[in-house]
Amino acid sequence: MLFDVHVEVRLRAGIADPQGATIERSLPALGFEGVTGVRVGKSIRFVVDAADEARARAEVDVMCARFLTNPVIEDAVVDIVAASVGAVA
Amino acid sequence: MAPRVGVVVFPGTNCEFDVIEAVTALGGVGVTLWHGDRALGDVDAVVVPGGFAHGDYLRPGAIARFSPIMAAVAEFASSGGPVVGICNGFQVLTEAGLLPGALQKNRGLKFLCQMTELDVVAPETALTTGVAVGTRLRIPINHFEGNYTCSQETLATLKADDRIVFRYVNNPNGSMNDIAGICNEQRNVVGLMPHPERASSALLGSTDGALLLGSLLSVAGRAGSERLAVGA
Repeated sequence: MLFDVHVEVRLRAGIADPQGATIERSLPALGFEGVTGVRVGKSIRFVVDAADEARARAEVDVMCARFLTNPVIEDAVVDIVAASVGAVA
Repeated sequence: MAPRVGVVVFPGTNCEFDVIEAVTALGGVGVTLWHGDRALGDVDAVVVPGGFAHGDYLRPGAIARFSPIMAAVAEFASSGGPVVGICNGFQVLTEAGLLPGALQKNRGLKFLCQMTELDVVAPETALTTGVAVGTRLRIPINHFEGNYTCSQETLATLKADDRIVFRYVNNPNGSMNDIAGICNEQRNVVGLMPHPERASSALLGSTDGALLLGSLLSVAGRAGSERLAVGA
């Protein structure tokens, strides 16, 4: 079975985000007032072939821990849905 | 015998010959080690030099840490062999778990290429053996992701164990606690963002980096003689 996977890599709470801070400081100069809490992450999409969703999720969790994130500063939010028929990446 | 320094080369590494040149000028022998190899061969020290290993894709060091040579580097480090990561090499060593913490994008999001001043904070590491604590060094940096970050617990451990090896005098990149370099618990693995090889000749504007590489050669020479003694 194929699963569409979306991994959102985020900086962990409490880790300084130089990109987010720079964007936040820039917004008022462009006329956008009152924006706070800007955080910048990464979005990674791929297709996994696995027997079922639980196994797909287990595999993606290991991928995140070993490779897709640096657990010292990042964590991941994983979305998995069965791929629509015929939609191979 | 002149100490032999293995310098790891990944696709995208670009400081390997600078390191070899500096080591040679100090009386050592530099040899390149290809990332795809599984053995270090006959070396007394390892340097993971600067550059952009594997294009810094995903994160600096994230792909390089899985290179076959890194298992051999980790084994060499755990047996007490001196290992130094410079700039991108520091990033690789943190990703590989040989040093704690991580290097984030610089505060201000600028790529920084400039001379910096740093203070030697910790003695008796692979890079600071025979270099007095308090020595002020002029060594250049050249990085986008040199902003050292770790958990508060890790920072407390680094301080308590005297493992912060170098601090910037004027923090250029937002590094926690002005950290420019750290070492592992055994003090044989050191990572730093500044480039000592680029401050190893009067022609380059500073010779302060030669103090650090000289320390590496003396530690490497000692390790080499001990290995010969054990082998004999």
